[in-house]
Amino acid sequence: MTNLKPVDVAIVGGGWTGLAMAKELVSRTSLSVLALERGAPRGLADYAMDMDELDYNIRLRMMQNIAEETVTHRHSSRDSAVPVRQYGSFHPGTGVGGAGEHWTGMCFRYLPDVFTLRTHLTEKHGAARLPADLAVRDWGVTYDQLEPHYWTAERMMGVSGKAGNLRGKLIDGGNIFESPRMHEYPTPPLKHSYASHLFEDATRKLGYHPYPTPAANLSENYTNPDGVSRVACAYCGYCSRFGCMIGAKAQPTNTLIPVLRKHKSFELRTGSWVRRIVQKDGRATGVEFTNANGEEFFQPAATVILASFTLNNNRLLYLSKIGTPYDPATEKGTLGRHLTHQVEGGIRIFFDKPMNLFMGAGSLGRRISDFDGDNGLKDSDGLLRYGMLSLNGNGDLPIGAFGSIPPEASKSNWGAEWKAASLQWHDRVAQLNMYGEHMSYRQNYIDLDPTYTDKFGDPLLRFTLDWTEHEHKQRDFAYDLAAKIAPAMGAKIDTRRPSRAKYNVINYQSTHIQGGVTMGASPETSVVNPYLQHWDVPNLWVIGASSFPQTAAGNPTLTVLATTYWAADAMIDKYLKHPGRLA
Amino acid sequence: MRRREFLTIPASALGGTLLYTLAREPFRLQAQEGNVKVPLRFFNAGEARVIAAACERIFPSDASGPGAKEAGVVIYIDRQLAGPYGSDKYRYTKGPFVESVPEHGYQAKENPGETYRAGIAKLGMNFDELPVAEQIQKLQATEKTHFFQLLRSHTIEGMFSDPMHGGNVGLIGWQLVGYPGPRMSYREDVDQHFGTEFRPKPAGLEQIMKRPGKPWEDEKLS
Repeated sequence: MTNLKPVDVAIVGGGWTGLAMAKELVSRTSLSVLALERGAPRGLADYAMDMDELDYNIRLRMMQNIAEETVTHRHSSRDSAVPVRQYGSFHPGTGVGGAGEHWTGMCFRYLPDVFTLRTHLTEKHGAARLPADLAVRDWGVTYDQLEPHYWTAERMMGVSGKAGNLRGKLIDGGNIFESPRMHEYPTPPLKHSYASHLFEDATRKLGYHPYPTPAANLSENYTNPDGVSRVACAYCGYCSRFGCMIGAKAQPTNTLIPVLRKHKSFELRTGSWVRRIVQKDGRATGVEFTNANGEEFFQPAATVILASFTLNNNRLLYLSKIGTPYDPATEKGTLGRHLTHQVEGGIRIFFDKPMNLFMGAGSLGRRISDFDGDNGLKDSDGLLRYGMLSLNGNGDLPIGAFGSIPPEASKSNWGAEWKAASLQWHDRVAQLNMYGEHMSYRQNYIDLDPTYTDKFGDPLLRFTLDWTEHEHKQRDFAYDLAAKIAPAMGAKIDTRRPSRAKYNVINYQSTHIQGGVTMGASPETSVVNPYLQHWDVPNLWVIGASSFPQTAAGNPTLTVLATTYWAADAMIDKYLKHPGRLA
Repeated sequence: MRRREFLTIPASALGGTLLYTLAREPFRLQAQEGNVKVPLRFFNAGEARVIAAACERIFPSDASGPGAKEAGVVIYIDRQLAGPYGSDKYRYTKGPFVESVPEHGYQAKENPGETYRAGIAKLGMNFDELPVAEQIQKLQATEKTHFFQLLRSHTIEGMFSDPMHGGNVGLIGWQLVGYPGPRMSYREDVDQHFGTEFRPKPAGLEQIMKRPGKPWEDEKLS
């Protein structure tokens, strides 16, 4: 192991959070900042030839190499886990920009009550009426504290949308159920498709409040406060699972890297796989990493920021033996608890005319939040929380879209009858997508697998995770809502109701895995304090969705960035002046 | 529901583009120049004929339009199996291999190349010479197997993936479904053409970018 020259700050991970934190540090302090990214460098030029459904959308060429590292899964602590051998329910990214390169670009602010969910549900229903296994908690930070940081993130990316609640004033055409915003969106809404126009008209007619999905896909040319300019989206339809070949989708490589590149105090070291955080006497002394040639290094640092994906944030703490592993039997320990995913699902609706669905943008579309949080829920719905329903137009690609037919159209899923039906229905099928809030439960958690290892021989992470009755009811609720909307759009809904199947690692859900390194007001129940500083190791900060004690219905990236900026302020304005525990 | 119109592409209309045919040998037929042999990367000629026949049953060439035969699906599959995908370069393949619940997906050790070899053995090397009804019966008997699930997915992929991967020859799959292929911009069209077909003339990635693609199957195996 070679010892390297010390730096002031070592950041693990070169994605949204690591690079956003780096940018704040190098532009506001004189510290030397090193980001260690295990993947390769990437940029706009790498994306020109990626408009290929097979390699990128099906074979998932931009994702982490699962042959080197994966996670294992089991449904309950009574079962034994097996590895996720090929990607299915989520898609971790790798390389500079991380999953922020291949993301879809949906940019939601969370509702205020998501941040105080334990208090909110207890006040509303009484502690006795909450399920015994419900583990939701207050975050220790409030929406009002995060509001300016949401705005920073929205301006950095140039998020397109329309405000529905501007300083408390409700505005028709925006999301009137959203958290109050101090500012209108940086750019106006994207254009949208025939299908989403039908959705907008139908939901309005039914008395709901459709609004444009807030998008990191630019609706017009835009220059952000850092002086970084990007062009408007071209609606090419190659968005999720692709890097944007014109830079219209905000990605770390086209928003943060251009700024960081100008700072001599910043270094980005790619091909550097961090394997341990080194700790001595309650302080982090640096990180150990292996480079692409297999050589091992120790990188000393005064402050360590762990800013990789939820999976790796958890795993590095486990492997480095920092913190107390969670035990679901006793509910003691904090590391690994509050594992959540997101309750997503598509409900097919069939039209009798062509939709031209190949045109689109990642976050193009309209949605309703009339039932987000606990808006509009009745006791008879049997739900504590629901979420949103949307019509997305992210661009249908021909392999994935083929064979989407009503169940009665063909007995078989191959052969002449199936082929004819698939051709007949091609481009006449849209989806209504549900986004359900996934609450945390005592039995869903992350620890190390006792059997399976990565390419170095280190243990893999193990997920213990299954859906509960609440998520099944959310899906039923979404289907019933979709069944009202489809006919108003002139479409027929798929007659198959959502299955009440167990969690599976095969079908894509979303790449929104949260928890394990959660934030909170007490070291008894959380790993990091409300500033994302580790309770036990004050010069170690752990940033990202791993800090969320539960998740909202909307996709997490904007909240991930808002909490990053919030933590950056605490670190720069308070911690660096008086290093020590901030809470 | 509108009845879809048939698409027929006479060889003469294809001009200089290449067309696959698999009557007895997998080869490329160039419309004006006669036969050219296609170099196979994974299958031998007999295996290719079996897979070509099976793909043709999954996605037949019939009254509703051309199928796996015209699109050169077997060439696509041959290249996939010879590349990193076929040898599981990007799948987690550490043991122990144990059977698990269906929610955990395919857990066995065999890679796609091995799965195909075993699947072909089950179908029999004379599969392509059997009457169509018998071929269908044989495939129905394997419907639940991992091999068949791969074969079905790969057939659809070979019909509709970019032609640089070896299938979708002459953009025949994209023409069949009216997909224009990758295009740089729909800024002026995305909120137009409501309820009517908008079907720009298709082109492949290499054609629109004017440079060679880097299909993953061409990656060197170390």
